[in-house]
Amino acid sequence: MLKNIGSKIVSSIDERYDLTPVRNLLQHKKVPEHRHSVWYYMGGVTLFLFIVQLLTGILLLLYYRPGEDSAYESVRFIVTEVKFGWLIRNVHSWSANLLVLFAFVHMFSVFFSKAYEKPRELTWITGFIILVFSLAFGFSGYLLPWNELAFFATKVGTDIVGVVPVIGQPLKVLLRGGEDVTGATLSRFFGIHVAILPAIFTFFLALHLLFIQRQGMHEPEEFKNLPEEKKKYIPFFPDFALKDFLLWVVVFNVLIFLALYFPWELGNKADAFASAPKGIRPEWYFMFMFQSLKFLPAHILFIEGELLGVLFFGVAGFIWMLVPYIKIKHRSGWKFQPLTLIGIFVVIFIVIMTVLGYLL
Amino acid sequence: MRTRFFYLSTTVLLTTFLFGFAIQKTDNKTKQAPKVDNCLSCHKDIDDMPQGYSDYDVHRQAGLTCASCHGGDPSSTNQEVAMSPAKGYVGVPKRKDIPKFCGKCHSNIDYMRVYQPRIATDQVTQYYTSMHGKKLMAGDENVAECASCHTAHGIFPVKDPRSTVYKLNIPNTCNKCHGNSELMKKYNLPSNQLEEYSKSVHGIALLKQNDLGAPACNDCHGNHGAMPPGITSIAHVCGMCHSSNMEYFNATKMAKAFAEQDFHGCEQCHGNHCVQKPTDDMIGVGKNSKCVDCHDKGDVGYVAAEKIEGEIVQLKNSFDTATSKWEEVRQKGMNDVDIGFLLQDAKQDLIQSRTLVHTFDPAKVVVKTKDGMDITNKAIMLSDKEISEYYTRRNGFAAATLAFLVIVGALYFKIKDREKRK
Repeated sequence: MLKNIGSKIVSSIDERYDLTPVRNLLQHKKVPEHRHSVWYYMGGVTLFLFIVQLLTGILLLLYYRPGEDSAYESVRFIVTEVKFGWLIRNVHSWSANLLVLFAFVHMFSVFFSKAYEKPRELTWITGFIILVFSLAFGFSGYLLPWNELAFFATKVGTDIVGVVPVIGQPLKVLLRGGEDVTGATLSRFFGIHVAILPAIFTFFLALHLLFIQRQGMHEPEEFKNLPEEKKKYIPFFPDFALKDFLLWVVVFNVLIFLALYFPWELGNKADAFASAPKGIRPEWYFMFMFQSLKFLPAHILFIEGELLGVLFFGVAGFIWMLVPYIKIKHRSGWKFQPLTLIGIFVVIFIVIMTVLGYLL
Repeated sequence: MRTRFFYLSTTVLLTTFLFGFAIQKTDNKTKQAPKVDNCLSCHKDIDDMPQGYSDYDVHRQAGLTCASCHGGDPSSTNQEVAMSPAKGYVGVPKRKDIPKFCGKCHSNIDYMRVYQPRIATDQVTQYYTSMHGKKLMAGDENVAECASCHTAHGIFPVKDPRSTVYKLNIPNTCNKCHGNSELMKKYNLPSNQLEEYSKSVHGIALLKQNDLGAPACNDCHGNHGAMPPGITSIAHVCGMCHSSNMEYFNATKMAKAFAEQDFHGCEQCHGNHCVQKPTDDMIGVGKNSKCVDCHDKGDVGYVAAEKIEGEIVQLKNSFDTATSKWEEVRQKGMNDVDIGFLLQDAKQDLIQSRTLVHTFDPAKVVVKTKDGMDITNKAIMLSDKEISEYYTRRNGFAAATLAFLVIVGALYFKIKDREKRK
């Protein structure tokens, strides 16, 4: 009976809006099957976590009240008094972290499989922009509970922005809504987190997904070189979608497990006049940059070490975004391609610096 | 007109400058040591320095010289001249003269305020009211005078940890004489006060935990006007810190009865130098009870003691139960904030109930213990709720995981089925 109602609704929509393109896409879209296929699922998991963020974020908005006198209290109310509030808040926090983790994994899998190459340059660029905005989501959301750690981490983070020449100081004031981190910063970060970022993020995410649907999944070089009869494909719908869904269910279960057994501490309320507590550190995904800046000497030649570090990461990020347009000739004697070597170096650098950040 | 104004302003400026310079010079004269101090250089040369001399002595640091106390002429290299009575040389003062010797400056507010505007100048007057001062005046040279406690040539400000009268050092400074059993025998005084004090709640706080808020000898006995606290004043001395206890005790019939029977107020139950942290079994009718020292079974005091003890022990047990449940809530990572606040209030009630023991009135104690019991019961109820919620969440997670597993299993078999069909 349900099937009948469903098909009646579809045919009614089809009659009015002509669903042929959608039907074609679902019927004809195929996903290559090979030993690296697992990486195709990373983007899907990231998308799923974004949906979780969206839904839990909307639920948190029902109770969260931005403001110096209400933010911390409202988050405490959510985790102590609201039914399942603790679950929603902890899932939101864990999902945010897993989202960034899977976005990084997705990005490096695309990088090492060279899926960014022509004709998918714009898919890479929009993906990179989405990653940058995910980090911005993390940075702005970190302050919202208005607790001690978040307050001082935001202070340090926005101080680093101030180091950038010419635009640094005005940008810092713009971000903070004044000279210092105050209630004005909190209101601003709230606006950025729940309105500005979602709007921009959704736009680039839509573009990213549109490009993928338009161009299909990337086929690695070794797959392309196979004779046609040896190439295996599975239909995107329902085979790939079912596998994707299975993975989403597993990730969702892991999320709830993490939220229950490793809840995010709220800590003490932020106090601008208190001295900074021990162990002030940024979120783990900023740690490699933070630790690198700490290692730099006060001055390198005539430039401030911190400034040089910030400029380096800015330029490096920009070059990373333009990777599809960088061509380095591969000589026959080399075992690895130069860009792959650079990628391996970047991963090792990020991992080592992050680990050192927590150990030192 | 303009010329007259110029002359007038120049004169005013010049006068101000010269006057200011003169004040500066006078001030320097008082504060700075003279460039030539032959007393110090000669005594250093011949290695004849006073015992305990320190270049960091408070007087030396303030610019005073040997001659400032001992007189003489430090500018002369001729011993005859430098140490001649004609130049005001007084040499080493006799023991009985020391208070007045120090008091030359320390009793002169005009002189002292140059160095410390808020300093007291009644030390010598107070000293002569003390047992030490009275005996010294009577010719007993064994008693303490200024230098006995402060030293003579290595004096540091009271707040300097090097000072012999710094709070942490006071018990040992007093013990130099009061721990000397031979000397104390002459005055019929015990010499084990430091030993007892070190074991007391005050002594442990001060000497072991370096808690400067804990009382040292002088906080009860006074310093320059040191006297043993009398029978009537002992409750007052303890009450300087334990004010509520004193207030409650003084308002009771027992205070009058104590005075009539020559009992020493607080000391009667708590002791003096060896005062211990009070325990709940000090009240009631048990073997460690102080009440049964005077009250016999059946009398009003005995019944009151039994009732008070019962109330306090009940609150204490309830508070302990609530605290252990709160710990469990914390360990389980559940919401412990409100329980913590309740326990703070309950602890306050417990402390106040114990303080109210000094009213010796069960009715007054019950009012407070009842408040405390209500709060601890609420804390226990909240803790139980949180602990139960903890298990509910885990059971919920187990159920959800089971549901997820079913979905995952169904999806897996669906995928396998489709692969097989191909």
